Amino acid sequence: MLAKRIIPCLDVKDGRVVKGVNFVNLRDAGDPVELAATYDREGADELVFLDISASHEGRATMVEVVRQTAGEITIPFTVGGGIGHVDDMKRLLRAGADKIGINTAAIRSPELVSEGARKFGSQCIVVAIDAKFNPEWGEWEVYTHGGRNATGLKALEWVKRVESLGAGEILLTSMDADGTKDGFDLKLTRAVSDMVSIPVIASGGAGKIDHFYDVFEQGHADAGLAATIFHYKEMTIGEVKEDLRGKGVEVR
Amino acid sequence: MIAIIDYGMGNLHSVSKAIERLGYPAVLASDEETIMSADAAILPGVGAFGDAMQNLRDTGLDEVTRRYAASGKPLLGICLGMQLLFTSGEEHGANAGLGLLPGSVVRFEGSYKIPHMGWNKLEFRQKSPLFEGLAEGHVYFVHSFHARPERDEHLLATTDYYQHVTAIVGRDNIYGMQFHPEKSGELGMQLLANFLKLSGRPEA
Repeated sequence: MLAKRIIPCLDVKDGRVVKGVNFVNLRDAGDPVELAATYDREGADELVFLDISASHEGRATMVEVVRQTAGEITIPFTVGGGIGHVDDMKRLLRAGADKIGINTAAIRSPELVSEGARKFGSQCIVVAIDAKFNPEWGEWEVYTHGGRNATGLKALEWVKRVESLGAGEILLTSMDADGTKDGFDLKLTRAVSDMVSIPVIASGGAGKIDHFYDVFEQGHADAGLAATIFHYKEMTIGEVKEDLRGKGVEVR
Repeated sequence: MIAIIDYGMGNLHSVSKAIERLGYPAVLASDEETIMSADAAILPGVGAFGDAMQNLRDTGLDEVTRRYAASGKPLLGICLGMQLLFTSGEEHGANAGLGLLPGSVVRFEGSYKIPHMGWNKLEFRQKSPLFEGLAEGHVYFVHSFHARPERDEHLLATTDYYQHVTAIVGRDNIYGMQFHPEKSGELGMQLLANFLKLSGRPEA
């Protein structure tokens, strides 16, 4: 059976990793290629690059980062951020990315999901969803722009929609849990995982080793993503996997 | 020199870099002379079986690949490239494959997630030079179709995904891997290295 995946996420701006990364023994802690190779050696199952460049030049730089990374690492990786057209997807896939993450653009033009899936295969298309609990609705709402803009879309309806459009995977971030380190949002993750038959990557809230076991067992996630805890060496990917293995969860 | 047969299907950058990291010079090749002079050849591929065979026929690389296989030098099909080694594929109707291994390629059928995507564990079924010094472990799969070799002795490794799924095949100098060795961490690289050793070239 498939192993549960542990995925570190790197925020990249103008070709540099931002959000302090606290690795020792790195020649250059801001170099996304070197960090990616480090995580590969530490046993990461996949990597996600989130390009937060605001400029055209910054995004062009990302293509070069992707090309170099593809030549250095031996695991699959996803690139997301600022992708609005099929041409952007093509450029990044050609440069060596395995999957493309789309978020706001999918909400603005859902046909981007179906077009991408048709052109490159569903397995290349990851739809990223930022969700936050809406107490008035009693369920979760989809947000864009890092949780600033509410869309009026119900998260559980949106995931079904993107699945039917041909998304190959969902990267689900809980805006409620993100940054808290209190654990993944198990209710949200479980509701989404049980709603769709494509893999769900849970993101937001990881703070302790146990949280990964919880999100797989109770949240029914296929993968767990985290940034800070790995960047700051609060735990290593090896430690997380050892804990999971000890509890009978299949990991690589 | 290791030739990566370039027939217009998919990104060849990762596999080419992986070979170079293992110490072998790699070239993307679409002409007969370069391919036939290579110490080992790789048939990569992502996409649809029918489209890939069409491209191979249009470029004459189907014949070149068969001639290469007949030369006795090591040939490795990766992912779709492995599937193409078989007699036939049923993607979008039946298509003839390269016919280097007897068997067919069929769609996964069942109420489970398709494509089979992610890290799954290899089980070695036979002795093979590819497994020299290696232990069974996880490798990275992405596929919606799987191969059914006719002959058990061609099935070198399987993985478990609601059934036994063909993971590595081999006959004489002809090998195939359903997963992506270049995306499969250390084990993937070691399997690729063991294949490259068959080219008889010492590592640089």
